[in-house]
Amino acid sequence: MSAPAIEPVRTPAPSAATGKAAASRRATPARFDTALGWSDRPGVSWALRILLCATALGVFAAPFLTILSGAFTAHASGSSLSFLPHDSTLQNFEVAGERGIWDYFTNSLVIAGGALLLQLAVSVLAAYALARHRFRGQALILTLFMLTMMLPEEVIAIPLSLVLGHVPVVGLDLKGTAWGVILPLGAWGFSVMLLTEFMKDIPTEIEEAARLDGVGEFRMLWQVVLPLCKPALGVAGVLGFVMIWDQYLLPLVASKDPTDYTVTVALSILRTDPEVGSGVVLAGAVIALIPSLIVYLLLQRSLVTGIAAGATKG
Amino acid sequence: MTATVTAPRRRAVISKRAVLPWVFLAPGLLLALVFKFLPMGKGIWLSFFKVRPFLGDQWVGLDNYTRVLTDHRFQDAIGHTLLLGFGQSVGAIVVGFLLALLLEGQARSLKIMRTAVFLPVVTATAVVGEMWRLLYYPTSDGLINHGLSFLGLGPVQYLDNPGTALWATMVMSIWMIAPYNMVIILAGLAGVDRTLYEAAAMDGVSLWQRLRYVTLPAIRPALGIVLTLAAIRGLRVFTEVYVLTGGGPAGSTEVWMTRAYTLGFTRNDIGGASAASVVLLSVTLLLTVTVNYFRKRGDVR
Repeated sequence: MSAPAIEPVRTPAPSAATGKAAASRRATPARFDTALGWSDRPGVSWALRILLCATALGVFAAPFLTILSGAFTAHASGSSLSFLPHDSTLQNFEVAGERGIWDYFTNSLVIAGGALLLQLAVSVLAAYALARHRFRGQALILTLFMLTMMLPEEVIAIPLSLVLGHVPVVGLDLKGTAWGVILPLGAWGFSVMLLTEFMKDIPTEIEEAARLDGVGEFRMLWQVVLPLCKPALGVAGVLGFVMIWDQYLLPLVASKDPTDYTVTVALSILRTDPEVGSGVVLAGAVIALIPSLIVYLLLQRSLVTGIAAGATKG
Repeated sequence: MTATVTAPRRRAVISKRAVLPWVFLAPGLLLALVFKFLPMGKGIWLSFFKVRPFLGDQWVGLDNYTRVLTDHRFQDAIGHTLLLGFGQSVGAIVVGFLLALLLEGQARSLKIMRTAVFLPVVTATAVVGEMWRLLYYPTSDGLINHGLSFLGLGPVQYLDNPGTALWATMVMSIWMIAPYNMVIILAGLAGVDRTLYEAAAMDGVSLWQRLRYVTLPAIRPALGIVLTLAAIRGLRVFTEVYVLTGGGPAGSTEVWMTRAYTLGFTRNDIGGASAASVVLLSVTLLLTVTVNYFRKRGDVR
């Protein structure tokens, strides 16, 4: 180890402010790995970091344990929450089932599946045109898709409910159907932008070679460009799912009566039901949480890259 | 001879190539048109009418706007919306930044920590609302109150007290957004040149100076975007408030969109609700454009 040679003469910066001179005096490379210069060896700064991490975990993750334990606790209420279930039981889930939670859950799955497929298909097609073709009005179209991102769903919710009640030209009433939620979610600017940016980076040589072989446009997209887009599709898929599952106002205004609700919206029905307790609401919340949890744990890396990429590309 | 044969064929190819992009764009444009821009246009249109089902709409000019803007509940809502929007944006950036500083690093344990801390972001707002409603349970054995009792603080009626309900909502929002900001800031931190930290250590600068002059400038572009997103998100806050307090108690958490929703759906005043939505839309767009303008100017400099 020749590392000590580069040890600075003066007391290193992190210790000056945090007052933990001993912990960070060693010239470990780890000191320069983080903005705060955390040390990775046991010491005061190390102990402080563990303490702070435990606090962060307590604040951001522990509440999930309380709803989980509450959901499995008989007669759970806000005044008897803890991190571990006592009196564990499945009764809350049974009662929630009697109140139709699985029907709401099915609504949610149908909507999430349909909307995600539509969103991805629409985005891939649009991105292909925007990234691999040059045409008049390209900038305008790009701006239009950007605008769909800037148009908050909340702001157009009220007129949208009128449009859903009577779709112009075709005159359909989409209220109370899954389509009423799926179709408005189809055009999502973020996913179009993300895929466009990604497709732009695919080298044109591949496409030109395929074109020389007489490959048509749709086969080109399906068999040449799309397989290369898998990472971006993962990102668009997971972010799309989170966005769709989070929808609240849209399923609310697109519904005709409460049986059309998605599981997240239906939680309010359980809550206002005087005959069921908090445990049942928590059981519903756990059911609504599980799909997001599965998607998140499976596609975590895509999600994180997506957020970072989306942010830097603005 | 060859020229006369290839010329028409080439023209056919060109026109086909000109049409193709539009074929690919059609589904997206159609959906955006019908479900985004048409409602927007319709909203603007209806904001000038007294909407009467079956009787026909009646042109009222700017009446809806003056009614909304002079309505004292909307005026209260402006204050709440701005306080909530500003408070949660700033709070979430500060907390997100602290989280990023704490959890920066390559160790496996840190990755697991980040995974756990990020959970609130992927959780649906309605689920978060139900969760916090119970955490905020007003009696002394509610979870947060129970924790406070160890510090010798009495039970707080978080959501039932008009003085605390808005702040309680803000804390929940910060909890939901901060880990999202953390990821963005972490991406910015990863881009900081490590040799700068080493050089800073050589120069013997304090930790604070290092953060201020090395780290912050490097992540400023990322922070600017976070702030833009947060501010826009903050103004249209609806679901958080709707599921947590429903605007109560005594209208103390009523924000612009919950008020518009009540007006439109429970009071059936579609014209008024549309006018309120148009006002919010204009403010949102204006804000976006302004922030982008300053961001671009900042980049140039």
